[in-house]
Amino acid sequence: MQTAARRLPEGNEIIRCIGVNKWYGEFHVLRNIDLNVARGERIVICGPSGSGKSTLIRCINRLEEHQKGHIVVDGIELTGNLKNIELVRRDVGMVFQHFNLFPHLTVLENCTLAPIWVRRQPKAEAEATAMKFLERVQIANQAKKYPGQLSGGQQQRVAIARSLCMNPKIMLFDEPTSALDPEMVKEVLDVMIGLADSGMTMLVVTHEMGFAKSVADRVIFMDRGEIVEQNTPQEFFTNPQSERTRLFLSQILSH
Amino acid sequence: MTAAASHIPAPAEKPPVASVGFIGWMRENLFSSWSNALLTVLIVWLLFKTIPPLVGWLFINAYGFDTSSRVCIADRSGACWAFVGEKFRFILYGTFPYDEHWRPLTTVLIFVGLLAASCSRRFWRPWFAGVWIVGLLAVGVLMWGGVFGLSRVENALWGGLPLTIMLSVVGLAVAFPLSVLLALGRRSNMPAIKAICVGYIELIRGVPLVSLLFMSSVMFPLFLPEGFTVDKLLRAQVAFILFAAAYQAEAIRGGLQAIPKGQYEAADALGLSYWQKMGKIILPQALTISIPPLVNTFIAFFKDTSLVIIIGLFDLLGTAKAALTDPNWRGFFLEAYLFIGLIYWFFCYSMSKYSQWLERSLHRGHAR
Repeated sequence: MQTAARRLPEGNEIIRCIGVNKWYGEFHVLRNIDLNVARGERIVICGPSGSGKSTLIRCINRLEEHQKGHIVVDGIELTGNLKNIELVRRDVGMVFQHFNLFPHLTVLENCTLAPIWVRRQPKAEAEATAMKFLERVQIANQAKKYPGQLSGGQQQRVAIARSLCMNPKIMLFDEPTSALDPEMVKEVLDVMIGLADSGMTMLVVTHEMGFAKSVADRVIFMDRGEIVEQNTPQEFFTNPQSERTRLFLSQILSH
Repeated sequence: MTAAASHIPAPAEKPPVASVGFIGWMRENLFSSWSNALLTVLIVWLLFKTIPPLVGWLFINAYGFDTSSRVCIADRSGACWAFVGEKFRFILYGTFPYDEHWRPLTTVLIFVGLLAASCSRRFWRPWFAGVWIVGLLAVGVLMWGGVFGLSRVENALWGGLPLTIMLSVVGLAVAFPLSVLLALGRRSNMPAIKAICVGYIELIRGVPLVSLLFMSSVMFPLFLPEGFTVDKLLRAQVAFILFAAAYQAEAIRGGLQAIPKGQYEAADALGLSYWQKMGKIILPQALTISIPPLVNTFIAFFKDTSLVIIIGLFDLLGTAKAALTDPNWRGFFLEAYLFIGLIYWFFCYSMSKYSQWLERSLHRGHAR
């Protein structure tokens, strides 16, 4: 079990969001988001659906564009500059709700594609790295199969391995267990806990409150595009400050 | 014995006679209701009325390949295959000098060989493009001549099957990469590129191929400077390429639209560039989905090459029509059209069969 309030080095921010605003048409989806993430920090973002939590982490690798404010990832500000966007993306891994593996490539090819074409690694080296990470998510024996032949939990573990093969500095998780059958949630969470123990900077959008309690350094609660509350998991779950947080927690923890 | 093992399974019984075997099949498929029974009887009667005369005309009363035209014209109760025997070289090779017919024949064989080899995934390698280039050079030398002691043959004399194959193979091969670019451009975020691609596709699709061929052969030369001409065959070829590209682009766009957004996002999130994303992730999946509509356009264009007759080029259909104008062999339309119909059918059916095989082989192993 993780002790609450791990000490993280001060002034060592890898992500800085300053006054970030975003609209979908007329809909104001992100409102004045200020968020700093330290190197090695593990953040869980929760909130009701439509609160903008997925949109926020998708802004961090520019899958979504913010219209106001600044986002700086490892010293590079995200603007319209395509070169910078590609630089940020190769250092930021992302795991999706629906896995998004490439169905026409084998598990191994899914993992080696980006290292070979983006990092320009030799094929043999990329394959060795891929096998190492597939081993780590315990799916190395399926390397020659196609994603369609795997279960949901296995596919999500491959997706995590695929991101890790790029040797990212930050990992973003967008509801990684929401599309899984209940008996497969644990195998994916176990991989994520292992990753957290290795010191990876992680931003996780999830409804798995058990995961938040045991792994997160900080829990962020969002509602209607705003960060309503952020605190250590212990404080957040036992002593929520705002009424909206209390209501949300009572709804998700009531059964 | 344990209690669980005491259950004795019921013995398997044979199904009732009326539901299996030939009688069962007939009941199921031919006489399942009184209306179906009526239709069955009607169709059998129609087949009985049509097939014997057809077989009679095609084979029993027909005249063989070496009958003289006078015998054929006197008795029209059967097909006159002598017409095909007399004219097949003209129909296949057009006005190409008679003694040099081995050259267009070799051309056809080279094309068929290259196409057949290209069907095998073993040859889907970069070096095979080199084989194609060598093959096309050989075809050019054979058809034009003028080197290696081959007599020079102007392309106005080309015709028949080599012309049909050349127009379609070269046309489709050049149009394909163009159509991929058009399809991607139509879905581009860049307004100028998108507008150009949409404009092009809608303009070309909005006019008949005939009018495009006319424009290329009649109007286009008017805009050229004095004394500067572009070969008629080349102009027809370009018109075909432009036309085929627009249609294929729409077939490919259908495939692109079927790829889930998550595939684009996953490729983006890994830091792939636009061309890497399209080349490695999106197009391989989209083109697999697009095979049926693409082959549909391939088959349509193979047959549409016959429209070049309106600008005075003689493809397979054109030479067959020309053969029918011989005063000694008038009126053998059926024989002529059956003969070339069989050739067209052979090529189109091969394409269709191959595409079915290709779809299965590409889908193998990664059923979604």
